[in-house]
Amino acid sequence: MKEANIERRDFLKRLIVSVLSFSSPGLLKAQEKSKESTSLYEKGYDPEEHLWGMGIRINRCIGCGRCADACKRENDVPRLPFFFRTWVERYIILEGDEVVVDSPTGGVDGFKTHVQEKKLVRSFFVPKLCNQCDKPPCVQVCPVGATYKTEDGVTLVDSEYCIGCRYCIQACPYGARFIHPRTHTAEKCTFCYHRIVKGLIPACVKVCPTQARVFGDTKGRASPLVRFMRMNKIRVLKPYLNTEPKVFYAGLDMEVK
Amino acid sequence: MKDISFLAKWAKKFWKKVPDQVVRLSIPILILIIGFIVMRNLLVPSDFGKYGHFRAAAIDELVSQEIQYSEHEMCFECHDDVVKAKNMSYHRGVECEVCHGPAAAHIEDPEGNQLPAPRERGYCPLCHEYLPSRPTGFPQIVSESHNPFRACVSCHDAHDPKPPTVPKECEACHAEIARTKALSHHVYISCIRCHKTPKEHNIRPRAHRPEKPSTREFCGECHDEKAPSAKGVPRVNMETHGERYVCWQCHYPHLPEAH
Ligand code: HEC
Ligand code: HEC
Ligand code: HEC
Ligand code: HEC
Ligand code: HEC
Ligand code: HEC
Ligand code: HEC
Ligand code: HEC
Repeated sequence: MKEANIERRDFLKRLIVSVLSFSSPGLLKAQEKSKESTSLYEKGYDPEEHLWGMGIRINRCIGCGRCADACKRENDVPRLPFFFRTWVERYIILEGDEVVVDSPTGGVDGFKTHVQEKKLVRSFFVPKLCNQCDKPPCVQVCPVGATYKTEDGVTLVDSEYCIGCRYCIQACPYGARFIHPRTHTAEKCTFCYHRIVKGLIPACVKVCPTQARVFGDTKGRASPLVRFMRMNKIRVLKPYLNTEPKVFYAGLDMEVK
Repeated sequence: MKDISFLAKWAKKFWKKVPDQVVRLSIPILILIIGFIVMRNLLVPSDFGKYGHFRAAAIDELVSQEIQYSEHEMCFECHDDVVKAKNMSYHRGVECEVCHGPAAAHIEDPEGNQLPAPRERGYCPLCHEYLPSRPTGFPQIVSESHNPFRACVSCHDAHDPKPPTVPKECEACHAEIARTKALSHHVYISCIRCHKTPKEHNIRPRAHRPEKPSTREFCGECHDEKAPSAKGVPRVNMETHGERYVCWQCHYPHLPEAH
């Protein structure tokens, strides 16, 4: 019982010593880390020169779902339903203002004719993805700072920092996030960040057979997106939330939520 | 020298004045502060905040992700015939990798990473099956009744799809209009009387469009009171009859009805 009876002064001394000894490897480690990272940003890509965005032409989308399929292949998204970085919704507006929205397997396997009793008023497809908000609510709620917005306007997740708490999933008004079943961290569309910094377009834009998706820079320069935004009447999803999305829709029906 | 000793004396005096409980309390607070600084150093990597409120290395981790879908131009090197044919065809907007899947690995090593070709009948309907939700004008079929049981590619070249034999009659592609007209007062007026049609329209209908009447005077060629047309043709006064509109805003030209 002698051991347990240490003096307070002794205890405090030992505490100081142990804290200091624990911390020294940490300090060294941090020093090492900074030496390792030679950032892509230093190899010629300047995020300040860009502000990425996407345009979607509703009246061109044929609902083939090749975008959702390509996204899964490019980004190794699990091929199970419920896990999507991008997906296609079908809106069916019936007589009497009844609205049916469906998205069987996100559109990856295409759509089958929807059987309904009421008369069809109109119907169309709406591709969806992370809106890459200028004021992202998901970034604000992350308790560990694992989700962040880059200079070029893309919201990303640091999967090493993410603790999988799901706050961001709750906060996202567009349902764009999910927890990856293998890593148990939050995931979402990155605008194919690994492609766009190398001058390629996102996979979903590349495979769209009718060019319903348009990708480019919103920053001043002549890009397909700037042209798209000048030529069309643009709407964003849930504008009243002031998230300021950078996914712009042309020909979007008022029924789309 | 004098100054310093004076200062030290002053500090000693001040220290004695500090109540004992404050001194004791300040020790754990000091430890906490040191602990916080140390932990922050330990947990927050030094590249944090370099480009924004995040770890700079996180960007590199993301960017190092492998690219699956290559650039379209890459195929030309080895499959120039296919690329050339496709770029002229209806499928010019459909990327090779839509049908053949991601091909970055194939370009690196064609023999080692062979690409599948979607020859089965179920594939093309992903885009071409009739769905009311699809935009009008997109070519669609009902696969149940469109030449069932045979592979699509046995009639259509996937890289240059078109109706396999070029039809001569307008009816082949405009069956509904032709049927309608056949029951109308205009039954004996041939399509090309009203639509000057280039020959190429039958091969690439969307690239070579026929003309459509654009003025009231066109209908007047037969229906004007003074027109030199056959006696039986009903006449109207072009000045007053529906003057503000073109005729087909009221009469469907393929099924004109007056009563
Ligand atoms: C470096 C040259 C090279 C490039 C570039 C290349 N291919 Fe190939 N490809 C080949 C060769 C060689 C074969 C034959 C492989 C065999 O039969 O073993 C082949 C076979 C194929 C096949 C197999 C067809 C079948 O018979 O089933 C497809 C499909 C194909 N290529 C598509 C593509 C596409 C799409 C691209 C562009 C993204 C591409 N290739 C780029 C060399 C290339
Ligand atoms: C609409 C879907 C589609 C697209 C787009 C497409 N292919 Fe194919 N491809 C096929 C199908 C289906 C076959 C099998 C044809 C057959 O067996 O008759 C095929 C066969 C091939 C072959 C094998 C031999 C041959 O020449 O028929 C090559 C090589 C090939 N494709 C390359 C390409 C390249 C390169 C592109 C882009 C320029 C491309 N394909 C675009 C569907 C497609
Ligand atoms: C990813 C979507 C997609 C797939 C898969 C696809 N097509 Fe197409 N197809 C298109 C587009 C886009 C057009 C051009 C439509 C237009 O001109 O408006 C087209 C045009 C056509 C046309 C010309 C229609 C006309 O107007 O006469 C035919 C025939 C055709 N496709 C057959 C096929 C066949 C056969 C396959 C399977 C090997 C196939 N398609 C697969 C997207 C697709
Ligand atoms: C026996 C040969 C044959 C087969 C098999 C066949 N087609 Fe066709 N297809 C035709 C002919 C002939 C036409 C033009 C006349 C017509 O519209 O029926 C045509 C027209 C089309 C068109 C243009 C329709 C439009 O409105 O512009 C599309 C798209 C098409 N086919 C897709 C397909 C697909 C997809 C398959 C497989 C599921 C398929 N075809 C199988 C012979 C065939
Ligand atoms: C190979 C099939 C095919 C044949 C044969 C064909 N057409 Fe067409 N035609 C089309 C298609 C496809 C369109 C485009 C429809 C669309 O854009 O929705 C079209 C469009 C048209 C248009 C509308 C053009 C416009 O700008 O809106 C006219 C008029 C027309 N065709 C007349 C004719 C006449 C007259 C003939 C006979 C001499 C004929 N077509 C033969 C396939 C055909
Ligand atoms: C009496 C003159 C006349 C005749 C005969 C005629 N058309 Fe037309 N057609 C028109 C006019 C006028 C329009 C333009 C309607 C408009 O712009 O709304 C038109 C439009 C069309 C269109 C565009 C699509 C649509 O429905 O509006 C097609 C396709 C077409 N005609 C095909 C045909 C074919 C095929 C035939 C023969 C079977 C035919 N037409 C005979 C006068 C005629
Ligand atoms: C080549 C001459 C010719 C042209 C051009 C022509 N029509 Fe006619 N139209 C006729 C003839 C002939 C009849 C009457 C046939 C019969 O009933 O015996 C007729 C009948 C009609 C009728 C009366 C139908 C009824 O119920 O009695 C209307 C309406 C009409 N045409 C509208 C049009 C319009 C609109 C155009 C222009 C797009 C047009 N026509 C162009 C020859 C023409
Ligand atoms: C505002 C709608 C409107 C427009 C535009 C219009 N029509 Fe008519 N048309 C009618 C109506 C309604 C009738 C039925 C007879 C009547 O009350 O005069 C008719 C009747 C006719 C008849 C049949 C006359 C008879 O004695 O049976 C012809 C022929 C005709 N129209 C041709 C034309 C032509 C040619 C044009 C373009 C120059 C045209 N219409 C424009 C509404 C219209």
